[in-house]
Amino acid sequence: MNDFAHLLDRLAYEPRRNAKLRLLQDYFARTPDPERGYALAAMTGGLTFREAKPALIRGLVEERVDPTLFRLSHNYVGDLAETASLIWPGPEDPAGPGAAHLSPTGEGGPSEPGPGHNNPPPHVPTLAEVVETLAETRKADLPRHLATWLDALDETGRWALLKLVTGNLRVGVSARLAKTAVGALGGHEADAVEEVWHGLEPPYATLFAWVEGRGERPETLNPAPFRPPMLSHPIEEESDFDKLEPEAFSGEWKWDGIRVQLVGGRDRAGAQVARIYSRTGEDISGAFPDLAEAVTFTGALDGELLILREGRVQSFNVLQQRLNRKAVTGKLLDEFPAHVRAYDLLTAEGEDLRPLPFAERRARLEAFVARLDHARIDISPLVPFATWEDLAAARADPASVGAGEDADAIEGVMLKRLNSAYLPGRPKGPWWKWKREPHLVDAVMMYAQRGHGKRSSFYSDYTFGVWREGPEGGPELVPVGKAYHGFTDAELAKLDRYVRNHTTKRFGPVREVEYGPDRGLVLEIAFEGVQRSTRHKSGVAMRFPRVSRIRWDKPAAEADRIELLERILARGEREIAPGATLIGEDT
Amino acid sequence: MPLRASDLLTLTREGLYCPLGRFHVDPTWPVPRALITHGHADHARSGHGSVLATPETLRIMAVRYGEDFCTTRQEARLGEAIRVGDVTVRFAPAGHVLGSAQIAIEAEGVRVVVSGDYKRARDPTCLPFEPVPCDVFITEATFGLPVFRMPDTGEEVAKLLASVALVPERAHIVGAYALGKAQRVMALLREAGYDRPIYLHGAMEKLTELYKREGLALGETPKVVAAERGQLHGAIVLCPPSAIQDLWSRKFPDPVTSFASGWMRVRARARQKGVELPLVISDHSDWPDLCRTIRETGAEEVWVTHGQEDALVHWCGLQGIRAKPLHLIGYGDDDTEAPPEPAETAA
Repeated sequence: MNDFAHLLDRLAYEPRRNAKLRLLQDYFARTPDPERGYALAAMTGGLTFREAKPALIRGLVEERVDPTLFRLSHNYVGDLAETASLIWPGPEDPAGPGAAHLSPTGEGGPSEPGPGHNNPPPHVPTLAEVVETLAETRKADLPRHLATWLDALDETGRWALLKLVTGNLRVGVSARLAKTAVGALGGHEADAVEEVWHGLEPPYATLFAWVEGRGERPETLNPAPFRPPMLSHPIEEESDFDKLEPEAFSGEWKWDGIRVQLVGGRDRAGAQVARIYSRTGEDISGAFPDLAEAVTFTGALDGELLILREGRVQSFNVLQQRLNRKAVTGKLLDEFPAHVRAYDLLTAEGEDLRPLPFAERRARLEAFVARLDHARIDISPLVPFATWEDLAAARADPASVGAGEDADAIEGVMLKRLNSAYLPGRPKGPWWKWKREPHLVDAVMMYAQRGHGKRSSFYSDYTFGVWREGPEGGPELVPVGKAYHGFTDAELAKLDRYVRNHTTKRFGPVREVEYGPDRGLVLEIAFEGVQRSTRHKSGVAMRFPRVSRIRWDKPAAEADRIELLERILARGEREIAPGATLIGEDT
Repeated sequence: MPLRASDLLTLTREGLYCPLGRFHVDPTWPVPRALITHGHADHARSGHGSVLATPETLRIMAVRYGEDFCTTRQEARLGEAIRVGDVTVRFAPAGHVLGSAQIAIEAEGVRVVVSGDYKRARDPTCLPFEPVPCDVFITEATFGLPVFRMPDTGEEVAKLLASVALVPERAHIVGAYALGKAQRVMALLREAGYDRPIYLHGAMEKLTELYKREGLALGETPKVVAAERGQLHGAIVLCPPSAIQDLWSRKFPDPVTSFASGWMRVRARARQKGVELPLVISDHSDWPDLCRTIRETGAEEVWVTHGQEDALVHWCGLQGIRAKPLHLIGYGDDDTEAPPEPAETAA
C-alpha cells in the first residue's frame, strides 16, 4: 500500500505524460500480482466497496488528537484526508501512538511510551489486503480496520488509503494511460489492452500474464465488449487535397454530438446485453436507458449520439443539457430523446467486419439498420460529391445539399477512404475530418496566468474581453473567455514577455495586464460556438476558444463588441446549464 | 517587589525590548542597540547603532549588507555571560542556521529566553540546539500545527537523487533559501555521496563562500554561467525560491522544479507553487519538537512570536503552561530575501 501510495503521490505532481508513463511502467514491472492488478483497478475506476464517510474519519482522529488542534489543522490544510494522514500518530512518530503532543489529555510522551511501543512493528497492509477486506467488511467493523491500517502506514500511505476509502482518489492519470503502461510491459499497444479489457475483473491476473507472455490472450467473457474506435485526422486544405483523389473517398456529415458505440450480445443464459460506450470506452449505458432499449441486436454500431425532436437534430447545446444531469428522470428522457446516427458497423451476428473495406461495411450497415428498423437508430447519409469543390460547397452550406433543418448540428464533413479497413486509433490517411470554418472574434487580453508543466514559467493562459456599454455610458471590456493554445513556442515567448512588461496587478499566479481604449493587446480568437452562461459576467461562454492570430498591429479600441457574440448565440440559442463539462466531444 | 518577566522584556514598535538592558532583540527597525539571534534578513537588519551577535552572524551580516552594516559590533561567545545594562545575557546555539543563537536574558534570578528561529533536527551546517532552563520561553511557531511533522532529511535527499537517476537528461532546479537551507541541502547531498558539482544561482554564491570559509566541506559549487544553462543535463542547480518559476530557470534542459522547504509538507502548498518534486526539509522546529522544547525548558510561561500561534497556545493551555501570542509582524517572510538577477528581466 505504501508503494502504491508513493506512486500516486509522484503521479500527482508530475505534469508530463511521458514521465507519468515511465513511473507507471516501472511500478507495474516491479510489483507482483495481485497488488499491481488492484492498483490498475484503482486507476481505472474498477474498484467497488463500502465507502467511509468523512464523519467516520473525523471521529477516528478525534479519539487520538485533541479536537481543537485537529480543527485548526483542518482549517489550515483544507483537505480532510490529508489533514488526518498528516496528524495521525503513525509508525514514523518517534513518540509512538498516543504521544503527548497530540493526545487530548496531554498524557504519555517520550518518557511514557504509548501502547505498542515495545511491540513488534504493526503489519503494513498491501493494497490487495485493503481492497479485499473492504469488499467483505461489515459497516461496524470498518473503523477498526481503518485504524489498524492507519497505525501501520506511513504518511503518504495514510493519505492514499483515506482518499481511497472516501471515494476521492484522483490519480492524475487517465484509464487510457494506465492501460498504455500495462500494454508496454509486453510491447502491446493500448488498443490491444482495450480489446480484451471489458470482461476482465480486478486484479487482472490473466491480463498481466498475457502481456508478459506467460499466458494466453484473455478470452473476453463480456458478450458486448467495447472496440477501440477509428479516429480521423484534420485535413490541411493547402497541402492535403492535392494528394487525394476525390473518387477514392466517400463523404458524410460530421455531426456535432458525441461519438458512441452501441454493442449488443447474448450472455451465457441467452439474455440480451446492451451497452453504450463513449469513445474512450467508458460504459455510459446507465445515462441513456432510452437508447439502450434500442440495442436489441447482436453487433457493434459506431455512430453519433444526438438529440432528435420531431425528427430534427438539435444543436450540441441541447445535447449538453442532457449530458450534465446526474439523475436520469422520465422528464429528461421525454425532453431530450437520445438517438444514434450510425456510420459504421464493426461486428454483426458474431462476424468481425472491421477488416472489410469501408464500402462493403457501409452496405452491410445500411442493410443492418434497415432490418433493425428502430426509431432511435438511423443512418448518417452520404454526401455525394465529384470534386473537392463540390465537397467544399456542401461543407459551406449543408442545408443546400440535403441536410435541411439538421444543418445547425453539422460541424463539417468527414472523408473516408472507400477501400480502408476499420483500424483502431488514428491512422493517417484513411479518415479525414474537414470542419467548418470557426467563428472569429477580435478580443483584448485582460489577464494572464502561468501554465503547467513545461509552461510553468510562462504566462500562457489568457483571459480576454470584448467591448460593451459600461454602466456609466462609456465602453468597457468584459471578459468572455480564456485561451491557452493556438500559438507557436516563439509566439508564446513573445506573449510571455508582453505580459511581464505590461503587468498592472498581480494575484498569485495571475497577472492583470494593461488594457483600455488606447492600450492593450488584441488577440484574434477562433471558436466553435457560443453558449449562454450564468457563470460568466458577460452572460456568454465560448466553445473551444483558441488564439488564431496575435494582432500586434490592431488598436484595442477596434476590437469586437459583445453584440457579435450575442448574434452568434441567438442563431443557435438554447439555454444551457453553467459549468458544463463536455464528454467525448473530440472526434 | 520581585522582578517580573515583563521588566526584562516588553514589546515596542521595533520589536522585543529589554528596558533594564536598554536593547532590542531582532528589531525590525534601526535602533541604538540590537542583539541579533541569527542572520536571516527578517531578523538581522542593517542600520543599528551597536550590534551584539555571534561571530558567525556578524560575518553573515557583513557579507549581506557590507562592513558598515552598523556603527559598532561586539562578538558574543556561546555560553559566555555578558553584562548589558542591568542584565546578564548569554547566547546558546539554536540549530537554525550557521551562527544562530538563542539569547537568555537574566536579572535577579529571573530568566527569559528568546529562542529566535530554531530547530531540533540534525543539521551538518550548524551547532545543535541546546535547551536552556528558564521562566519564560519565547518561541516561534512557523510550523505550529500538529500536521507538521518533518520527515528524515536523508529520505528527502534520496528522493532528489532518485529523480536525478530516473530522468538523467533533465536539470533539477531546487529552490532553497540562500542562507542556511541552500548550504544544508549541499551538505546533505555530499553526505549522501553525491560528488558532482552543485550549481548555484548567483544570489547564493557569497553566502556559500562564507560557509566554506567557516570550515564546511561543500565540494565543488560553481556559479551557473548564463551561456551554459542549456548544457546542464542531469545537473542539480540551487536557486532562491523565487527563481524557480522565473525566466532564469527556463534555459535549463527540461527542468524538474523542486523546492526544499517545510511548507512542502502540505500538498496544496506544493501545488500552488507549481513544484514537481517537493522536498520536505525545514530549518524550523516541527510540531513535536516545539512541544518537546517547551517542556524541556521547564518554562512556566510561553510567549509565541510568529507563525501558527493559535494551536501552540492552545496546546500550552492543555499542559497547564501559561501562553500568549505576541503577534509580531515582519518575521517569517524569508522568501523576500531572494532578489531576481537583474540581467534576466528581458531574456
